[in-house]
Amino acid sequence: MTIRFEDLEKGTEIGSREITVTRADLVAYAGASGDFNPIHWNERFATAVGLPGVIAHGMFTMGSAVQLVTDWVGDPGAIIDYQTRFTKPVPVADAEGDNAPNTGGNVISVSGKVGALDDDARTARVDLTVSAPDSEGKDQKVLVKAQAVVKF
Amino acid sequence: MAETKEINPDIVGRVYPADEMYSVGREKIREFARAVKATSPIHFEVDAAQAAGYVDLVAPPTFAIILAQKADAALIQDESAGIDFSRVVHADQRFTHHRPIIAGDELVTEVHVDNVRVMGAGAMLTTREEITTVIGEKVATCISSLLVRAGE
Repeated sequence: MTIRFEDLEKGTEIGSREITVTRADLVAYAGASGDFNPIHWNERFATAVGLPGVIAHGMFTMGSAVQLVTDWVGDPGAIIDYQTRFTKPVPVADAEGDNAPNTGGNVISVSGKVGALDDDARTARVDLTVSAPDSEGKDQKVLVKAQAVVKF
Repeated sequence: MAETKEINPDIVGRVYPADEMYSVGREKIREFARAVKATSPIHFEVDAAQAAGYVDLVAPPTFAIILAQKADAALIQDESAGIDFSRVVHADQRFTHHRPIIAGDELVTEVHVDNVRVMGAGAMLTTREEITTVIGEKVATCISSLLVRAGE
């Protein structure tokens, strides 16, 4: 582990990244997780229930956002607690054209900073900011109170 | 029009016992890790996991959702609970890891209904999934809040 607990302060930034999500990614996540809700792959079903179109699994967003923390700390087993509230859906546009399954989609932006330190437990709480454009292109916070507790 | 289901507030306190063992496999960890765009070698390479002090591949921080959602099916399918799954929206999710989930683990999940809060637009259902090994070692606690929208 290259990060030392002693070097951390409240407010320390852990970096940022952008996560591309396409319909192909949602199909892969559905298969990996077992969550086959059609709002994540069927446009007609999604619009019939009042959504702007196909949306990402909240758990895809939660699961991919925490990778910033995993890579920062270097050990996925050090993340002892992780929580979030799902506030806005991440719309995932269809591919552009018939033979380009990895086009279209959306981009989720993730950044994180140390929100709290517990010297006795040697844990750091990392607060993530996770946003993505809505179907009108306006940036929205899609996860709120996304917090990962890292044990050192 | 189909009959509208209504959530039964008396389900609070119900426990759906663990009846099916989940065997954590290396390929499932790799598949799930790819699906959430994880790249840590500790999810993919046994040598890397062992160098980090684990006996085998470590699952990503949100892998437990597979077990939690499988176990939740007992509650969702319980007619007396009155949950219309097509009206369920994931509102909050939390994972507390008592230890990481490792390839080779044999796990069972018990579902507890912790709260039902009836609101204007439906009800907020809070469930807790306790994941343990088949011999009773605590592995993870998942807390899920689901918003069940009222029928029109």
